[in-house]
Amino acid sequence: MLNKFLAAGIAAATIAGVATAAYAGKELDAIKARGSLICGVSTGVAGFAAADSQGKWTGIDVDVCRAVAAAIFGDADKVKFVPTTAQQRFTALQSGEVDLLVRTTTYTLTRDTALGFDFTGINYYDGQGFMVNKKLGVKSAKELNGATVCVQPGTTTELNLADYFRANKMTFKPVVIEKIEEVRAAFFAGRCDVFTTDASGLYATRAANAPNPDDYIILPEIISKEPLGPVVRHGDNQFADIVRWALFAMIEAEEYGITSKNIDEMMKSDNPTIKRILGVTPGMGKALGVDDKWVYNIIKQVGNYGESFDRNVGMGSPLKIARGQNALWTQGGLQYAPPIR
Amino acid sequence: MSDDALPGGERRQLAPPVDESGALGWMRKNQFSSWGNGITTVVLIVAVVWILSGFLDWAVFTANFTASVGSECRGGGACWALIREKYRYIFFGSFPYEQHWRPLFAVIAMLTMLVTSADRRMWNWRLLVIWGLGSFVTFLLMFGQIHIPLSLFLTIALVLGGIGMNLRKAIAEPAEMNAYRALAAIGLVGLVLRITGILPAWSLAIAPFSYVETSLWGGIPVTIILATYGLAFAFPYGVLLALGRRSNLPLIKGLCVGFIELIRGVPLISLLIMASVMLPLFLPSGTTIDKFLRAQVAVILFAGAYIAEVIRGGLQSLPKGQFEAADAMGLNYPQKTLLIILPQAIRVVIPPLINTFIGFFKDTSLVLIIGIFDFLNTANQALVDPNWAGFPGEVYLFAAFVYFIFCFSMSRYSKYLEVELNKGTRR
Repeated sequence: MLNKFLAAGIAAATIAGVATAAYAGKELDAIKARGSLICGVSTGVAGFAAADSQGKWTGIDVDVCRAVAAAIFGDADKVKFVPTTAQQRFTALQSGEVDLLVRTTTYTLTRDTALGFDFTGINYYDGQGFMVNKKLGVKSAKELNGATVCVQPGTTTELNLADYFRANKMTFKPVVIEKIEEVRAAFFAGRCDVFTTDASGLYATRAANAPNPDDYIILPEIISKEPLGPVVRHGDNQFADIVRWALFAMIEAEEYGITSKNIDEMMKSDNPTIKRILGVTPGMGKALGVDDKWVYNIIKQVGNYGESFDRNVGMGSPLKIARGQNALWTQGGLQYAPPIR
Repeated sequence: MSDDALPGGERRQLAPPVDESGALGWMRKNQFSSWGNGITTVVLIVAVVWILSGFLDWAVFTANFTASVGSECRGGGACWALIREKYRYIFFGSFPYEQHWRPLFAVIAMLTMLVTSADRRMWNWRLLVIWGLGSFVTFLLMFGQIHIPLSLFLTIALVLGGIGMNLRKAIAEPAEMNAYRALAAIGLVGLVLRITGILPAWSLAIAPFSYVETSLWGGIPVTIILATYGLAFAFPYGVLLALGRRSNLPLIKGLCVGFIELIRGVPLISLLIMASVMLPLFLPSGTTIDKFLRAQVAVILFAGAYIAEVIRGGLQSLPKGQFEAADAMGLNYPQKTLLIILPQAIRVVIPPLINTFIGFFKDTSLVLIIGIFDFLNTANQALVDPNWAGFPGEVYLFAAFVYFIFCFSMSRYSKYLEVELNKGTRR
């Protein structure tokens, strides 16, 4: 209730306040003059943005921020991270406290329009999934007929669950528990067969709370759309372009097999597309208003999308999230970047 | 005549029976005086031993102190290796890692400042020196660089002069009074010249270390700074509010009552959200006030209202004669208030005042909802790291232990103060 009220207030205040003319370069000039990018991240979501033991921020959201800094300054470390809470994140972006928000924020129409923002892409396709104990021998959500399902009440999660089972002509017994910690405890204690929430949350729960993470699997079906992406405010299309293409560059680099390890050899490649991407054939950076070696700097210092995914949330991390929808389009996923041409 | 009798009619002092003295006697008297008590004692001892052995088994005997990654800890007892890995982050947050000695010494400086100013013998001009020096060292270490503008020096001169002129009126030597007048005059004239732009915008730059902005501060320095300066500013502010609430001037009284009731009527969280979410929307785009400063101001306003009500209780407990006697001696209002009324009023309210302080020390952790990483929040962060996730018990126990040390020292200090300040009235 309070959240709704706040959101309405913020939206109203914004519509009144964001009637500024959109001209290029204003934000970008301020960032360049300051010498660093200010990036709003979450206050701690494993694999997406969290401070490590030395207080350094890591995660796939953090990597997008670092990539943008690498594109603008040629140095991925020229970025300051401002942790923002769910209530406060949009004001932080609107008021100019942060230049860019990469905070597991779902891309929706109202946020893209009425709040005065532009989503520049999708760096993680999230959605509601199911986790089960391996002992059940279930391989697909379609086999869950008659299962008991642990779920939090009053959430979209609960509605999606009911819709999905009805659409597939299956029945389920809900175990409705208010607090997320207690839902998890109930699931791992065996009170229900299935635990459902956003897939990224399932993987994080499995890594952190399961007595033995290898005993549980997350089923491949994703039953809702939660596309998460970087957000900028209206007003500087050039800066928005840089943020958009920094992410595309990471995805494009993975598609062409350019990694932080082999990039120096790739610079000698004869492939005209790779030459264009890496700035060996100049022009792309200039069009974007940054150095022609922008992709080189991003990939060398941050890595391509696959490397970032693997290191932070994928098989190279304790979360062990499968690529799934986040695989490249060439491998059956949804990650698709327009050509750098 | 028995052998027990000694010359002079004295009787030999016999030791009391074994079962009525020493540990045995005490136990018999207090723990096993009846069947019911005996059974209760045995049951409780068994329960305590059972719980304690379970706890010790978890916390010490099967605990893992050396694991290099969280998964090695699984299945055993407490994972203290997590604290070993994360303690620097929990204490100092995202402050640059190789410079953690700076917040460490800042915390030491603040604690020294607090402990020395707790001593009653320091409650005079020394207090100003201690706080001035302590705050300077703290913020120099935390920021790394401090720029003190000319106008701050002038303001301090004006305030010091003004206080001296009012408080020492008719008590001080003429030379001393003249010094206060000169100080106030320099401050006032300087400020006017500075505002009109005749004096340049000069500032004293002290920059021995690299600059670290408040968004990187975290952990225990944040908690202590928010609590210490929150309360240090809220206290005089609360006193002013309390005095204002008892004022005869309707406007001042109305403002103070309105403020106190408004602030007490809303939770601290809503005030923090106002400061961090709504306030930036009212400012022109591009101007942002430091988030940490906004939280600090919110804490001061909030604590001020509560302290005002505590102080008001003290003021009301004073007999009217004290006010009249001060008036009869020809003291002016500041002298009457500061020399006669407040010392007595505050002495009465020390327990509720310290209670408020302890409450606010813990309430500062609410700043986590606006994304400031105080001690509790950095402890929370340690739980997010997927390499070490899944050990909330250890982290919260550790955090609770640290909070307990601070709050328990405050409550012991309150005890000491009560004894110390009530020497005159104790029988």
